[in-house]
Amino acid sequence: MSLRDGPLVDIKAPLIWTASVAVIVAGIIAAAILIGDRRETLQAEAYSASKNVVDSVAVPVGGAIAAPVRWTGGGVDAVRGYFFAISQNQQLRQQNLDLERYRDAAIALRNENERLRALLSLRTDPPIDMVTGHVVIDARGPFSNTRLADIGSERGVVIGNPVMSEHGLVGRVVGVSRGASRILLLTDIASRTPVLVDRTNARAILTGEGGPNPKLAYMRGQNPVQPGDRILTSGDGGVFPRGLPVGVAVMGLDGNWRVRLDSDFAAIDFVRVLLFKDFHQLVDQKALGESNLPPLPPAQSEAIQQLEHPAPKPVAAPAPAVAGAETAAPASNAPSKPASAKPAVKPGVAPAKRARPSRTPTPSSAAPAPSGPPR
Amino acid sequence: MSLIQSARPLAAWRWLGLPALYCIWATILFAVPIQILGLRLPEPVFPLVLSFAWAVIRPSILAPFALLAIGLFLDLFWGGPAGLWAVSLLAPYAVVLSARSIMSGQSNLARLAWYIGATGLAFGVGYLLTAVDSLAFPSPMAVFWQFLATALLYPVARGLIERFEDADVRFR
Repeated sequence: MSLRDGPLVDIKAPLIWTASVAVIVAGIIAAAILIGDRRETLQAEAYSASKNVVDSVAVPVGGAIAAPVRWTGGGVDAVRGYFFAISQNQQLRQQNLDLERYRDAAIALRNENERLRALLSLRTDPPIDMVTGHVVIDARGPFSNTRLADIGSERGVVIGNPVMSEHGLVGRVVGVSRGASRILLLTDIASRTPVLVDRTNARAILTGEGGPNPKLAYMRGQNPVQPGDRILTSGDGGVFPRGLPVGVAVMGLDGNWRVRLDSDFAAIDFVRVLLFKDFHQLVDQKALGESNLPPLPPAQSEAIQQLEHPAPKPVAAPAPAVAGAETAAPASNAPSKPASAKPAVKPGVAPAKRARPSRTPTPSSAAPAPSGPPR
Repeated sequence: MSLIQSARPLAAWRWLGLPALYCIWATILFAVPIQILGLRLPEPVFPLVLSFAWAVIRPSILAPFALLAIGLFLDLFWGGPAGLWAVSLLAPYAVVLSARSIMSGQSNLARLAWYIGATGLAFGVGYLLTAVDSLAFPSPMAVFWQFLATALLYPVARGLIERFEDADVRFR
């Protein structure tokens, strides 16, 4: 008997009821998806396959829409360049004179820097490769500030790579698929970037809030920053290389120190991804767990072995029925712990099992910094 | 002929499918990275128009699931937490649906006030969920600008309501 023939055939729920049930079910599904999301983690597995698929589809669609806009912009620039060629020429001549002075100073500083490094035997930082791509999607709402670029894993981009514009740091890669990279901007609510004030070397965490000017949080010291101070990446934690230009410190209307980002003054449709490996990518986790301490002397090693695996207590022998039994006292009367079982390890010498490897790199030492901000 | 057409039930793809596609298309279009006179395009939440208009037009079983799908698309497309906009779109839909009988027969100004209230509710829910998810408060000014850009879409919502409110004789 089908349901249609049964007694339930006359039951008709009002549409508003069924619609309400549909709203509740859809709401529960949405809430479950929201709770299960792990957007804030910088792990490849947290960036789900559905996000990868959407990114891969959005790149050609966004690219097709953005291409005419880019062509139009290029045409306008060409026309503007033609009509303002003389004034631009004068500006460029003046700029060239300024840059020549900077070039001379840079040569002298580089020479001095190399000599000091040689004196101190400092490890030089390896150069960082970079790849350039187009931005095809730009999300700029208060709850998510991301961009989608048309370069992905086929160009060597991995999650965590820093992203720069021609003027300064833009953000970092949080999702990669073939032909697409999702970039979390510095202004995103989930973005936290370790930075320093160039003048005072004071550290802070650049905290995105969805607005155009992220906040400098966790600053310490008295007057560590002044308006106009240059803000650079500090390299702490190894996520970013040290010294990438971020912006300029400004005092916000709410009384908090904020940063006017250098990347705001650059074109938003081009980005450069630095193929920089962060601390977690560089460190061999297996090597971290291994012990490289020299072996202990045999006596200490044996003592530790006995501590970890104490010998079983001998079973008490039956009381002898003959005289002179006291001389053959049962072993239970003997001290239960042999003298040699006392740990002979010197204070401060940890057992090899618990020791940490002495060559564990610190985040700051493991993070190779570019010799200069990549431009 | 027109009498026969008006007597037909309204097909779901006409009042749910096509407007949803238009909203998705507009969302993609406004995400193009261009600057005009140094300013970027506004980024209104187009599907909030649907969230309000669909609830006013008629109760539906499909509409909440369509909003769920569009909300998930927004989250994946904009790179936000998955489920954020799905919840934020469903919240005003639920409120407007429950207040549908109160809204009927009211003036256009009152409907505008309801739309602004529904938009504010969606952004309020998004603000709270983001604060809980990220353990930080989004910039109120950034929220306000997107709210304003979305509130300015009321004529679109009004047009959608007027187009389909009386399209099915069973719901007159």
